[in-house]
Amino acid sequence: MSDNNLKRVVIEPVTRVEGHGKVTVLLDENNKVKQARLHIVEFRGFERFIQGRPFWEVPVLVQRLCGICPVSHHLAAAKAMDIIVGGENITPTAEKMRRLMHYGQTFQSHVLHFFHLSSPDLLFGFDADPAIRNIIGVAAKYPDLAVQGVMMRKFGQEIIKATAGKKIHGTGAIPGGVNKNLSIEERDFFLKDIDKMIEWSIGAVKIAKDYTMENFDMVKTFGSFESNHLSLIREDGAMDLYHGGLRAIDAQGKNIFDHVDYKNYQDYITEEVRSWSYMKFPFIKSIGTENGWYRVGPLARINTCDFIDTPLAEKERKEFMALTDGKPNNITLAYHWTRMIEVLHSAEKMKELLNDPDLQGKDLVVTGERRGEAVALIEAPRGTLFHHYKVDENDQVTMANLIVSTTNNNVPMNTAVTKVAVDYLSGVEITEGLLNRIEVAIRAYDPCLSCATHAMGKMPLVVTLVDHNGTVIDKKTKE
Amino acid sequence: MEQKAITFTIDGVEIKGSPGQTIMQAADEAGVYIPRLCYLKDLTPHGSCRICTVMVNGRSQAACTQPITEGMVVENNTDALDEHRRNIVDMLFVEGNHYCMFCEKSGNCELQAMAYRLGICAPKYPYLFPQSNVDASHPDILIDRNRCILCGRCVIASRDVDGKNVFEFVGRGPEKRIAVNAEAKLSDTDIDVTDKAAQVCPVGAIIKKRVGFAVPIGERLYDKEPIGSDIESKKNK
Repeated sequence: MSDNNLKRVVIEPVTRVEGHGKVTVLLDENNKVKQARLHIVEFRGFERFIQGRPFWEVPVLVQRLCGICPVSHHLAAAKAMDIIVGGENITPTAEKMRRLMHYGQTFQSHVLHFFHLSSPDLLFGFDADPAIRNIIGVAAKYPDLAVQGVMMRKFGQEIIKATAGKKIHGTGAIPGGVNKNLSIEERDFFLKDIDKMIEWSIGAVKIAKDYTMENFDMVKTFGSFESNHLSLIREDGAMDLYHGGLRAIDAQGKNIFDHVDYKNYQDYITEEVRSWSYMKFPFIKSIGTENGWYRVGPLARINTCDFIDTPLAEKERKEFMALTDGKPNNITLAYHWTRMIEVLHSAEKMKELLNDPDLQGKDLVVTGERRGEAVALIEAPRGTLFHHYKVDENDQVTMANLIVSTTNNNVPMNTAVTKVAVDYLSGVEITEGLLNRIEVAIRAYDPCLSCATHAMGKMPLVVTLVDHNGTVIDKKTKE
Repeated sequence: MEQKAITFTIDGVEIKGSPGQTIMQAADEAGVYIPRLCYLKDLTPHGSCRICTVMVNGRSQAACTQPITEGMVVENNTDALDEHRRNIVDMLFVEGNHYCMFCEKSGNCELQAMAYRLGICAPKYPYLFPQSNVDASHPDILIDRNRCILCGRCVIASRDVDGKNVFEFVGRGPEKRIAVNAEAKLSDTDIDVTDKAAQVCPVGAIIKKRVGFAVPIGERLYDKEPIGSDIESKKNK
């Protein structure tokens, strides 16, 4: 059967995600859902236009992909440029400054997603009036919570400013190290509030956990499916958001590969292009396109790691894993819970680092033998981020390949949307409930669509239902 | 024989200068800042950017080339002149490809600092997006013509200070660009990173390689004080 015989339901664009996407639900002749597609229809082409630029500019240039987690790109590119200048063994001060920057960013990005973007769905329910189901509604009904969200995000942003020079698009990480350390005044500014951040993080974990448990019958099936999971992992199996080897596990928790040196990522992961999206489709080579796709991000990281090296987050991880008897958790909405465990972990890590005198060290940069090619990975808030560059003898970038977190989650998001459409679409009418649920499923992944195609846009919501003759039979618009 | 000081006024304030001085030199010594981009102390004035245009006895002149005379009445800090300067800076921005957000010169850039001092938030003219190139052939110096404002400092420094004549202008009008005195590339010239010509660029067009963002935000030249503050501070003393 060709696509011409299918009805199309288009949700465009999706709201309260970072960037601009639209959803098409393809129906068959019997009005059953055949497939759902999250289209990424914007294009920016960073990989092309950084060609010819000097390599030391790249960590500052490439982070302009995004205003939400630019630190991820800044650090991934800086890690790659460490290799280019032969300075990958950066000094303790440099590594700890970068880690502090990264935990600050993970903290603020996760908090932004949970409190500002997702909490309206969780606190008011998916079918609540959109006029209330937003951050203003949260502020009106749960003022203390809204303030916590704002203050936590501010804390993370201030950490970024202290380490990178600016809250957004800083310059802190440079090839071979960093350009500043942390002053005693800066340190003390953060130390006075860090325990409050940890306390609020515990509260945030509880909200996500309680929501999951109270609605478990719905949550366990909502947009859920079995999948592989991928993340970086520390040598001893601990979760590590800044550095490690690649580990992939299947839906049962069996290792597909482990502790892979990421410079060889192309031997394990490859990307496919499909005609209907600018976002590529990565998959694990040894398994193939059909089943080789995988999830990344907080859920994947909690599933892949053996433990978390901070006590409070580790306690929460154990409780989370007990839900599935230690096996990987494949519940889409569990992303929220795991995201908050990472918020707690980031807060604990920031406290650990702030108390480390290495942050006041003066040895900031190392260089060594110059190299022409570098691969660097980092665990961005939304998942594993790949940066791969080639630099010529004149110091100019000749090749760049970026596989961003949201791209890794491309098939999972499509799968989640299909699952929701199958479960919640009845007839040929687009109900508010279906729209909301498709959005909630996508939002669980915290997709940054601007990153994924390296683009950005605005987001009102237009829904169109087209029959198999191409005639629009239903259309709904949401501001 | 001791030469007699020349007395004149800038914006109604009496200034004393020495014979042979330009308005710019006398103003700098007196702690009066006249905005400029192409002028650099110790280099022969070029008079090309016209940012330093002042009114002298009612007529417009470039302060960097105009000698002082007794009783001269100079207007500098006026709305009309600042508007004229904003227009020039605006045009410089749109005629090049100036991406401050990832330019390593940001915070140390005289063009950017001048825009801030003059209160320019965004150019009012349409961007021209010219096709420009990067010459990264030299091991220690990089030319990014996207950012060149054709001030001529490198030309003069190479000719007068380094004695090498590495740079020259070629082309006219919109085609004008900075060229190197060689068959093709900067690496074919005898320029050295320690040469004056490699250090005088007011923007990020001629830069020392691999320095990049070593100086953090907050510690850059114009992060704390606007451009010209060093000159104006002399007046306060």
